Amino acid sequence: MVTPLFLAAAVVAVMFSIFAISLRNPVYNVLSLVVVFFAMAAIFALLGMDFLAAIQIIVYSGAILVLFLFVIMLLNIRRGDRLGSGRRLQALLGALTAIGLGTLLVWAASRLAPTGGASLPGAVETGTVVPIGRALLTTHLFAFELITLLLVAAIVGAVYLARRESQ
Amino acid sequence: MWAEVALILVKLAIGLAVLLTTVPIMVWVERRASALMQDRLGPNRVGPYGLLQPVVDAVKLITKENLIPGNVNRFLYLLAPVVALAVALSTFIAVPVGHDSGLTLFGYPIQGFIVAPHLNIGILYIFAIASLGVYATVLAGWSSNNKYSLYGGIRASAQTISYELAMTISVVGVLMTAGSLDLGTVVTSQTGTWLSVLPRWNVVPQLLGAITFMVAAFAETNRLPFDLPEAEAELVAGYMTEYSSMKYAAFFMGEYVHMTVSAALITVLFFGGWTLPWVDVGFTGWGGAIASIAIFSAKVAFFLFFFVWVRWTLPRFRFDQLMALGWKVMVPLSVLNFLWVGAAMAAGIL
Repeated sequence: MVTPLFLAAAVVAVMFSIFAISLRNPVYNVLSLVVVFFAMAAIFALLGMDFLAAIQIIVYSGAILVLFLFVIMLLNIRRGDRLGSGRRLQALLGALTAIGLGTLLVWAASRLAPTGGASLPGAVETGTVVPIGRALLTTHLFAFELITLLLVAAIVGAVYLARRESQ
Repeated sequence: MWAEVALILVKLAIGLAVLLTTVPIMVWVERRASALMQDRLGPNRVGPYGLLQPVVDAVKLITKENLIPGNVNRFLYLLAPVVALAVALSTFIAVPVGHDSGLTLFGYPIQGFIVAPHLNIGILYIFAIASLGVYATVLAGWSSNNKYSLYGGIRASAQTISYELAMTISVVGVLMTAGSLDLGTVVTSQTGTWLSVLPRWNVVPQLLGAITFMVAAFAETNRLPFDLPEAEAELVAGYMTEYSSMKYAAFFMGEYVHMTVSAALITVLFFGGWTLPWVDVGFTGWGGAIASIAIFSAKVAFFLFFFVWVRWTLPRFRFDQLMALGWKVMVPLSVLNFLWVGAAMAAGIL
């Protein structure tokens, strides 16, 4: 039951990530990315990481991609005229680098793949909310606090950049 | 295993049927109640008390010409109403509607009156799906290629994103006292009394959280006094301007379904779900299950009427007032509620 669901989610994720970079209309690119994140959330859920699945959708699909969409719509970016108009050498080097990185990724993934099927700590029946909360507020408390500091700095920075110049 | 799948499919079918049936009923209630409040009669010609009016309206909407304006982005224009309705309908599966005391049906356990049992992330799932509703309004506004539509879409998304924050923070207090994201646990945590006299519904110790959640729910469903995205006086019909016939009806149904789910969430999170104040009913057997579902439905019906009541009582806000209220009042108040719950729990009175 899990394998066909995983395969379906994986195929959707790969297909729409190709759409996300190949379609000419920027709005369609963003929407393809939404579908990719949904498929990834489905894979997380199949692995028993229900919390990550929800966060994946709330943070990426619900917030960040909405901003992407906003920028594209408000700037009224036309069809991607710049795509494919680059130089030959650039395209060749880019393709070679992509193939090299892809091979490296596949090799690394094959080395890392677990032999007895994927199972993550604290997954299965109990859910992942409690283990993640516990880990954040005990083992990783310092890192957690540092991240909040970073976020506050980012918010202050954003407010500073967006403020209206007052005469 | 297939029995479990079949069970979930049956629950899904019943849930969808009930949700979609509330739409015509609410349309009738809305029109009759508004007439009552404005000293008019309202629709009273079709059927007894005008009860068949929604049926006639539906036939009208279905048989109307399916018009697609010339300069729209066809694919996105047609996708937007589908997204709106689908998002509204899929949030319901994590809401428990009644008490299950280990009942079985043909020898199979029912696993609670909820479409998706054992969903540990309960409320987070609802927030995740609901956050996708923004796409429907943004896409509708942009793809219509109309200034009013675009303004409506932008207003809707700014409003939804802003009030989502207050809504989420106001729920944190409830989750802290329940100790779980699962809505069934949230309901069972609200039995008994608080300070040995008051009912232990979350609305009593967390009144502030309940108020901020309800105000945010009005903003999230784009209902008056926060219906700025479709303010007729300013924007024709906002992001729905270019939509007609069933495509318009899909948005309309999405809004009412969203309202029903919000009313159910208010009931579950702050008004004890199917529990009664003071008395502790066991809800055993099928009789108990039906009683619990009836209590839950009565509360949801009251909050649905509350939505209508507020709509015909309060005037519309201005857009800057709406944003100021969201960020400068609702967010701080919800944080205050969260701090109070934390302090009360540390002091052992909650």
